[in-house]
Amino acid sequence: MKRITGILAVTAALLATTGLARAEGELNIYNWGNYTSPEMIKKFEDQYKVKVTITDYDSNDTALAKVRQGGSGFDMVVPSQNYIPIWISEGLFLETDPGKMENFGHVAKEWQNPEFDPGRKYTVPWAMGIVGTVVNTDVYKGDINTWGIIFDTPDELKGKVNVVPEMTDVIDAAVLYNGGKKCTGDLTVLKKVRDTLVKAKPNWVAMEYGTIQKMGSGDFAASSDWNGSAFRQRLANPAIKFGYPKEGYVNWSDNLAVLKDAKNVENAKLFQNFMMDPANAGMNSGFHRYANGIAGSSEFMPADMKGAPEINIPAEFAAVGVPSQTCPPEVQELYTKIWTELQK
Amino acid sequence: MTDAAGTIEAEQNRNIRKRWLLSLPALLIILVAATGPLLIVLLYSFLAPGPYGDVQWLPSFDGWVGVFMEKDIFDGTFSLASAHVSIFMRSVMLSLVTTILTLLVGFPTAYFIATRPEKTRELWLFMITIPFWTNLLIRTFAILEVIRNEGLINGLLLKSGLIAKPIQMLFTDGAILTGMVYVYLPLMVLPLYASMEKLDFRLVEAGYDLYATPFRVLRKIIIPLVKPGIIAGSILVFIPALGAYVTPSILGGGKNMMLGNLIELQFGQGRNWPLGSALSITLMLIVMVALLVYVRNAGSQGSRHG
Repeated sequence: MKRITGILAVTAALLATTGLARAEGELNIYNWGNYTSPEMIKKFEDQYKVKVTITDYDSNDTALAKVRQGGSGFDMVVPSQNYIPIWISEGLFLETDPGKMENFGHVAKEWQNPEFDPGRKYTVPWAMGIVGTVVNTDVYKGDINTWGIIFDTPDELKGKVNVVPEMTDVIDAAVLYNGGKKCTGDLTVLKKVRDTLVKAKPNWVAMEYGTIQKMGSGDFAASSDWNGSAFRQRLANPAIKFGYPKEGYVNWSDNLAVLKDAKNVENAKLFQNFMMDPANAGMNSGFHRYANGIAGSSEFMPADMKGAPEINIPAEFAAVGVPSQTCPPEVQELYTKIWTELQK
Repeated sequence: MTDAAGTIEAEQNRNIRKRWLLSLPALLIILVAATGPLLIVLLYSFLAPGPYGDVQWLPSFDGWVGVFMEKDIFDGTFSLASAHVSIFMRSVMLSLVTTILTLLVGFPTAYFIATRPEKTRELWLFMITIPFWTNLLIRTFAILEVIRNEGLINGLLLKSGLIAKPIQMLFTDGAILTGMVYVYLPLMVLPLYASMEKLDFRLVEAGYDLYATPFRVLRKIIIPLVKPGIIAGSILVFIPALGAYVTPSILGGGKNMMLGNLIELQFGQGRNWPLGSALSITLMLIVMVALLVYVRNAGSQGSRHG
């Protein structure tokens, strides 16, 4: 009897695998980890009979280096806007012209013609956010809408501040704090930036990515962080609030593009169009907890995201946001030197 | 007579040829899979960086100059790359201290196992290897859970009323060392045990019979005899510890770079692959120097006793 069950199980397994192989198509997406709603992918798979495979990367540079070598086998990728001009100039994207796709009308006005991809010839919005601060307001009651939390740490927070070690984000924040412009090559500003960072570091407890868990557990009382992450922290502990630094903060977005060496071009185009449908974008936001640049998608987001102060930028702070952009190589070199000196 | 000698020689030659042929696949794999990538790294270290990562096919020594010298970005003066030196020193010091601590903990452990009855030794060894079943990252996170502010130790101490506020253990040098010793301990214990197992304990008994103190027995009999194990264990711990950066950054908070982080930075956000390659080769050279020192010490010891 046992043996028969065993044979049945094997047969079932075989049938299942051939079933997969017989799906009408495949789609290989290369994306940031923990960033794609499984529910939404299931919907796409069912709708178009396509088997979707998602592979994770952890940084823009990793994704760029891997795809640039060729033969990656991926069809789509989701780089940040400051990297998109690099991808385009190196000829890694396929010109799919999402600006002419059926669902393009749903893309919010301000995201229809971005500087990094004029006329939306290659990319579709995936998610967008802000680099700001998170503070546990049980520990610190003062003003949290300032980079001073990180760079002139108040006494209550000394030794409890974390800084997310994204080199460009941290140095840009210090540049804005010192009244400079993002990606500046101005050495007088950069000297102040270096001094600000070196002076601030003794007050930091760590430079780590894992803020959601450690803010929750009290290992950190404040951190530099992304707004979507801040939102998840507040759901766990209402005292944790997101600060919009009044000195200026960086707006970033990640955008979905098709690779030039993609094997499943038609499916990839279908997926780009699919992502501009408010229902799908809203479902995805419910998973990654960021805004998505598709008008009308908030209807399809979970109730707790509507009116959330992390996702909907308050009018008073909207003006000081600056778009994330690619720094020229010589500025990047200066940033790297300051960063190395900071962590030596 | 000469014929017989000729046949033997031919036979030997055939044997040698057969041995070479048989080891050819292994040699090829070593050549292609180990030397090949290294040559690429070496080549990259002599090229110019591409504007957004990768390399340009232009010969350049900037990568190598950058390892040792730096141009101050504010006053333009050339000086020794003090940032790189201090990062190198931090990694070397951490590896040295880790090696010494694992030796101090591993030596009694190996001795304990080697002196158990033969039947139970395997069980003890088996227990030493259990941590190897789990991924390094998971083991490191396990330590983090134990020592964090709301972790096991602080939780117990707070509940028992011994302390009023959690002790900051995570993100300290002590946390890094605890993690490093825990992770690398088996690499020290196993070679130490291998040489202690061969130790003839009758010599130890003889030492005691001649009224040697326990310390003298240890210094004059045990340590000289297990020296190969000590050297092998130290090498096995020191070398991977030099390149370690997961454990220091998780338990130490990542505020200060290790060599591994510095190299990673150049291939990631720093976008300077030639400098990263030159730093990697430098790290390898340090390891080679360390190995040579060990090997020479071991060699001279051997000849003195021989």
